[in-house]
Amino acid sequence: MIEFRMPSLGADMEAGTLVEWLVKPGDSVHRGDVIAQVDTQKGLFDIEAFDEGKVENLVLAVGAKVPVGTVMAILNGRKEAPTKETTIPKEIPTTEIPTTTQLVHEKHEGIKASPLAKRIAKEMGIDLASIKGTGEEGAITKSDVEQAAAANKISTPAVDANKPKEKSAATSASIRTAVAAAMAKSNREIPPYYLETKIDMRSTLEWVAEANKKRSVKERLLPASLYLKALAKALTDVPTLNAYWEDGLQLKEQVNIGFVVSLRTGGILIPTIHDAEKKTIDEIMQWMNEAIPRARALNLRSSDFTDTTITVTCLSEGSAEVVYGVIYPPQVALIGLGSIIEQPWTENGMLDVRPVLTATLTADHRASDGQTGSRLLMAFKKYLQQPETL
Amino acid sequence: MTEEERKKIILDLLKKIAPDTEPGTLKPDDNIRTTLEIDSFDYLQFIVAIDERFGIETPEEDYGKIQTVQALIDYLRQKSK
Repeated sequence: MIEFRMPSLGADMEAGTLVEWLVKPGDSVHRGDVIAQVDTQKGLFDIEAFDEGKVENLVLAVGAKVPVGTVMAILNGRKEAPTKETTIPKEIPTTEIPTTTQLVHEKHEGIKASPLAKRIAKEMGIDLASIKGTGEEGAITKSDVEQAAAANKISTPAVDANKPKEKSAATSASIRTAVAAAMAKSNREIPPYYLETKIDMRSTLEWVAEANKKRSVKERLLPASLYLKALAKALTDVPTLNAYWEDGLQLKEQVNIGFVVSLRTGGILIPTIHDAEKKTIDEIMQWMNEAIPRARALNLRSSDFTDTTITVTCLSEGSAEVVYGVIYPPQVALIGLGSIIEQPWTENGMLDVRPVLTATLTADHRASDGQTGSRLLMAFKKYLQQPETL
Repeated sequence: MTEEERKKIILDLLKKIAPDTEPGTLKPDDNIRTTLEIDSFDYLQFIVAIDERFGIETPEEDYGKIQTVQALIDYLRQKSK
């Protein structure tokens, strides 16, 4: 038996609303099949199965808003080899599943909560079953209720069954709120250090221009595809920064790079390229061509937003030349890449003008030290300047 | 195809690639990318769309020649000859 749970689609996601089931009991599902649509502050996500099996029971009712980790469905089948990178919390017992949003007015036997928490929840009309307790043995505390109340205030209203299904309740304000929560958490918890290096991009850009001459417009490369590949290779040399900080350092085997996509209406989304170190530059470029427009259209897939191990923020041409980013917890590093600009450049005692990329690293000082961070940046520079080896 | 028809197709494609922008407000000599704040990804999608729609192949070195709506209209007219 496999419990299919509400996935965490980024550090900034606390809860999701089930909009639609795309499978029914008895259906067979395969890894990667879209089985449900879930609405979040960031938009409507296609939720993909990560196991294979037959749907036994759809536990969650359409319209229910539940915290990350809540069981949504029971599958009968074979569990895929668990990956260490999974970000789905397992602590929510199935007995606490709210099956419909109407549960708000029902009694919740078996849910541990302090009397004060119960009273406040009742006053505020908050469903105790929708709250993840942080107290003893998972008991819900007053502050859990208050946090849930605050989240409810800014969260999107429960989905109306009559509403067009493809419409997300996400707005630029709700995306802003999601980003704000993650960034504030980062600032509260992470002691960062910053490093910076300048990279002469002349030969790299020449290589890209030459490579693009042989390509059709659809296959053309952008420098950003090289950035991701160079970073992935650098992380295999310096794996300490491909990690989470959760009760200590947890190194991750897969290199899953989150790539910041800014939305014109404000806010950002960070789709993730999985196993970037195993992909070719062309595969990375294909992924960008597909994932970035999809993110901008808020047409999101769960697999695009899970298990990110490091983030890259890359300013577009004509923007500022240096960016110092903020780490997305529980990741431990973020690479910031500014806009390439022509700058005076000295080499072997000679002065020249070169296209220069300024790369910065923001890293969690709990997880690594400056020397390690510097090795990553230097490895990134080395690989980026040898595009033919990428 | 008339100039007006080309212009309409260009503006429609821009609107499709960047729905949050108002391509209709572009003046003929405005730089498309900087005025609409289109980054290199969206720009590449735009070139792909232009090439598909007009049945041409725009080499990367020509990007500099098609920075405004008017320049792009002229470029497309020459290419279609």
